Parts: sequence; structure tokens; C-alpha cells
Amino acid sequence: MFRIRFHGRGGQGMKTAGNILGSAFFGEGFEVQDAPRYGAERRGAPLFSYVRASRTPIQERGVIDNPDLVVVADESLMMLPAAGVMQGVTADTVILINTRDAQGWQARARFPGVVLAVPAIAASPPGGTPPLQSAVCAGAAARLVGVIRRETLAQAVRLELDARGRLMLDQDLRWTLAAYDAMSAHAGCVRERVAERNGVTAAPDWIDVPQDSVRRAAPDIHATASSEQSLTGTWRSFRPVIDPGHCNRCSWICGTLCPDSAIRVDADRTPHIDYDHCKGCLVCVAVCPPHAIRAVAEGKAAACEKIAQ
Amino acid sequence: MTRALLTGNGAAAWGARLAEVDYVPAFPITPQTEIIETLAGWYASGAMQGRLTTLESEHSMITAAAAAAATGARVFTATSSQGLLYAMEMMFATPGWRAPFVLVNVSRAVATPITLEPDHTDVLAARDCGFVQIHCANAQELLDSVLIAYRVAEHPGVRVPVLVNQDGFYLSFTREPVELPSMDSVRRFLPAFAPGEVAFRASKPVSQAVAVLGGASYSYFRYELHLAVMQALVAYEEAAQAFAAEFGRRYSAVDTYRCDDAEVVFFMIGSFAAKAGDAVDRLRARGERVGLVRPRLLRPYPADAVREALRGKRAVAVIDQNLSMGFGGVLYAELAAALQGRPAMPMLCSYVGGLGGRDIRVEEFFAMAAESRNAAASGAVPATRLLYSGGELREVRKLQAIAAAERGEAGARP
Ligand code: SF4
Ligand code: SF4
Repeated sequence: MFRIRFHGRGGQGMKTAGNILGSAFFGEGFEVQDAPRYGAERRGAPLFSYVRASRTPIQERGVIDNPDLVVVADESLMMLPAAGVMQGVTADTVILINTRDAQGWQARARFPGVVLAVPAIAASPPGGTPPLQSAVCAGAAARLVGVIRRETLAQAVRLELDARGRLMLDQDLRWTLAAYDAMSAHAGCVRERVAERNGVTAAPDWIDVPQDSVRRAAPDIHATASSEQSLTGTWRSFRPVIDPGHCNRCSWICGTLCPDSAIRVDADRTPHIDYDHCKGCLVCVAVCPPHAIRAVAEGKAAACEKIAQ
Repeated sequence: MTRALLTGNGAAAWGARLAEVDYVPAFPITPQTEIIETLAGWYASGAMQGRLTTLESEHSMITAAAAAAATGARVFTATSSQGLLYAMEMMFATPGWRAPFVLVNVSRAVATPITLEPDHTDVLAARDCGFVQIHCANAQELLDSVLIAYRVAEHPGVRVPVLVNQDGFYLSFTREPVELPSMDSVRRFLPAFAPGEVAFRASKPVSQAVAVLGGASYSYFRYELHLAVMQALVAYEEAAQAFAAEFGRRYSAVDTYRCDDAEVVFFMIGSFAAKAGDAVDRLRARGERVGLVRPRLLRPYPADAVREALRGKRAVAVIDQNLSMGFGGVLYAELAAALQGRPAMPMLCSYVGGLGGRDIRVEEFFAMAAESRNAAASGAVPATRLLYSGGELREVRKLQAIAAAERGEAGARP
């Protein structure tokens, strides 16, 4: 069986990467299991997905704790213990990181096994849309396992990305295959494990859970944070911007439907967005009758703000 | 027949599609939402004929499902966890309307604390309400069970709703290969519902949510409902046989894995049973005679089949992925009742594990098998054990230390 984990952040397409690789294995006649695992369901939160592929029916289920390959789409996760990137890796595990410094990570993580970098696939034309992370990671991983043919991978990309309504399928496919080709020197370095761990396993260190005082045992949160103090504005990847010239001062639609109560309407019925708390769901953009609210990429909006200052 | 990768949620939606359901009342909740999103997409594209309506709560959703079913429509709906609990008043009320429909529950542990991952405390809260319950372990079984569920629910001797259960995440979000039956073969197995007297019309009003005064008439109606649910044992067997004849996959009320010569067996429901199956293979490879018994049907309780599967075994490790507060595991209690007083029945050992999606590790299965075998040899019944490690408690203690420090408590270290 092959056991593969993809780590990324919400929005980086690791579920899609797992689906592409899963479909590619399936296309090669393997029994497959692929699944995402979400923590907090929002953009930017660490999440992972996993793929099992076997020539016989799969008797395992749930999170993989003994991976043969770990793919890391966001190198900042390497420093975040809660992301669990290194969980269960052994010297036989191959780690594929989206980084310019694979050697550096190998040293920092004191990892004795193989660490590779996700190939840098240039945007074409230069300066155009950057390649889809999920496609690149899946393409590279497909080459490392050594049992997926180029055509099978292409078929899997078409199947998965078409189902997601991707408009630039040809481009996605080029990126995936470029990553696949770029890893040719390492083809097959991730090995299918045949002998499973049947040996004696350590006894579980079971304990009797003691009864604690109510103060300790009730799952209360005592930190002094409040919804007001936690700045959910940092979650945003797009920012809603109201055009006062188009807003017809209906006075209630955006403000009432904002799930975070982040839009305040003042006495002359003008809406104001509280960017410290607006988390960028863009419900307001969708519901404003005169389309007076635009979605602006957060990076761009922040740059404009700086210039204005 | 085509084979495709589907999640548990996708398989449930395909079950409803192939059953050609007329009506889907819906309310979203993680991890069930993908089921109704998929169905909504198919209704919108015209791939399915009928109607999906979003309701304002699960309480209304179950009411709408039963009300529509009472007109003779074929109805499908789905929920999970807190949604199922919120619907509970109508879960108890509607089976007495004697209108058949199918509800998929995507198991997710209940609050407090809130979590997203699975255990069976939600679905077992609906144990006593008059729904038939079928528990699935993989996506293929889920799709197939939705089809079987309609045969059982619509059986003239049954006519009660059926709940088909799958585990959140482990099944709902996990893709695996599923054979999609052809429409023709499904129509042969599950023809359009012939509702007969299940035909409520506004022009011919009938009151189904009636009141009775006096325990004798109340007892009569409740016992009739019980008998109808019991009748589902027969209807399920018929449906499972017809299903096997059409599709070649046999789903007995109680699934057994490598049990014939087993001395010790694991006893559990749902998708975590795959982990037990894996442990069985590993223990067998070491020469130990271990097996797995997995009831699919939990209501009606397949007592005869369970006894048959366990006769002559030495010990059973019952693994409950639920916790009845102040008692322990529900499966254990029911199994003990089913075996009580019968000759040649095994020692039962009770374990509670997998709460809130907590993994059950292979070494824990090994230890449960060994402990159960020893209990049978010594005759001493061990106390119910929560599968929980010292390492896990230490992690909790660390978090508690942070919490205590945040509260500014002196000597915060536990
Ligand atoms: S984007 Fe969402 S959170 Fe932000 S103001 Fe609009 S509705 Fe509110
Ligand atoms: S919904 Fe649109 S028109 Fe109404 S207050 Fe908000 S921005 Fe203005």
C-alpha cells in the first residue's frame, strides 16, 4: 500500500491535490481512499488530505499516521507543531516541500530521509496567473510514486478539475505535467510497502481517567478574549469595498445579512464596514441590490491603502 | 455498471437519485451538507425529477418528510448530530403516522463540547423512536443500504421510516471506489412505490397526529408500532436476498468476518469496524483465532443472528463508540440482554472508544483481544474501560495548565 499526506492551508487546494492523485491511482487499477481533514473551516487554517492506494481492498480508515510520502504546500507549516506535518514520519518517508531550500529544512527538522523541493513551475506568460498549487503538488507526487503514467495523470486532472468547473483546464494540465516531468530524476523513490507491521506492538498505556473538580473538568474558556477582541479581519483574502456613489442607502440589507455584524449603518443611512472584524465572506457583495459593493483582493487593497497614506 | 470514486456523502446522494425520490426536505449541517448540495445540483440540472425544499430547521424537515411521505411520495432526507437531536420530537412522533421514508444520518459526536468528528451517541439517541436503523461501514454499503432501506420502509407489513447511518469524515468525506448500479437494475429491485392506503389528500382529510385517552389504547398503538419495527427483520432479510440476487452483494443483518473458528471476537458497528478487521488480519497472521461481528441492523435488534454468530465463542470485546452517561456502552447493554440465560454464550468485555473521532489503534485492538481472552479464562468480568492513554491525559493536563495560568490561579500546575 502507498500512504500519502498533503499538508497545506485552507484555499491552497490540498483536497483537490489528494483527489487528483487518488483518481490517478484509481486509473492505474488501484483500490483507493482519499479524504480531506479540516480543522477550523476557513481560508488559511492548516489542513491536510490523505491518499491510500493498494492493489488489494483497503482495511484501514481515517488519518494516516505512517506516511510514505508527505507533501507540504506551505513551508510555514513546518514550524507549526499543531499542523502535524512530521507526524509519524520515519527515515523511509519522503518529504516534498514547496520551498527553495529543501536542504535547509532537512537540517532544521533533523530528518535523515529524503527531502525534495516541489519543482518551481513558472507562470506563462511571465507575470501571468501563478500555477495552481494543487495541480503542481499532485503532478510531482504522481511521479515520485513511480506507478502512474503520464496519460493516466492527465486523465485524472481533467476529471477532477472539470468537476470543479475550472475554466483554464489546458493550463492546469500543462502545470501538472510540467511538475511530473520535472521530478523524473526521482521517479519511484516513494516505495509501495508490501510487508505490513505484523510484529509485536507495544501495549497501549491505558489509564483510568480520574474525576476532576468541576472547575477543571467543565470545558469552559476563561481567556479574556471576546468576539470584539479577536480580529477576524486577518482571515480575509478578499475585502468588500462599498462605493458610496452607488449605494442607495437602503440602510439594512448588507448590514442585516452580514453574518459577523461587521457593517454599521450611521444616522444618514450610510453603511461602514469594520475591517478589523469583516472576515471576507462576501455575502454583502452578493446581496447588495444596486451592486454597490466590490470584492478587492486583500493584497491589492492593502497596497492602495499604503499609497493613500 | 460503472465503478467510480465517491465519498460517503456522494454515495448517499446517488442512493437517493437511483431510488428516484420525489421530494427532499433539507437543512444543512456539517458533515451532511454535501449530500443535499449534490441533490440540489441534480434537481437544478434536471438529472433528477422532483423537488428539493430547504426548511428552517430539522424539526420542520422531519415533519415535512413524514407529511410528504403520507401522501405516497417517495421521500429522502439527511441530517447529523445536533440536527438529529433538534428533530427529536418529530423523530418520535412521525413513525406512528406509518408513512415510509428514508433518513441518512451522518454521525457526529454531540455537544458539549462541540466537535465535528464522529461517534454514535447522536444516532443512538434515536434508538427508541420507531425508525428502523441500518449502520454502514463503507460507501458501497451506504449506497446499497439506501436502496434496501426503501424496500424495507415501503414493505406493507412495516411502513415505518428507516434511518441509514454513516460516520462523519471517516465515511462522509472519504472517497473510495463504488459500483454504481444501472437505473434498470435498480428499477427491477425497487419499483416505484405503490402507496395503497398511504394516500393523504387535502380533499380527503385524515388526522394522523391523534391523541388518545387511557393507557390501554395508548399501549395498543405503541405496541403495534413495535411489532411493525420487529417485522422489519423479515422485510430486511427479503430485501437483502433480492438485492444479492440482482447485484451480487449480500448484506446480512449481522456481518461476520473470519469468525467461523474464532475464540475471541470484536463486536462493533460502523466504519471504525474496518480498523477491527485490520487488527483481525494481523492477529490471524500471528496464529490467533480472532474475528469480527458487526451488526448492520440495530433496530429491529437482530438478536437471533447475533446469538448465532457468538455461540461457542469464548470472549467478546464489545467496542462502543458511544457513551450513555451514568451507564457506559449501549451496544454492550443490549448484547448482554440478548445473551442473558442462553447456553454456551461468551464472556463479554466492555470498551468505550472512538468518542469524537478519537482513533482506535491497532495495539489497542491487540490488548482488547488479550484482555478478553484472559477474562474468559479467569471468569472475572472486567469493568468497562475507556480507551484512553496516559499520553492523551498529559496533553489535556498541559492545556489545563495554560487555562489555569490564564485565570491567574496560584499553583496552576496540575
Ligand atoms: S464580507 Fe462578509 S463579513 Fe465582511 S462585511 Fe461583507 S458580509 Fe460582513
Ligand atoms: S446593501 Fe448596498 S445599497 Fe444597501 S446599504 Fe448596503 S451597500 Fe448600500
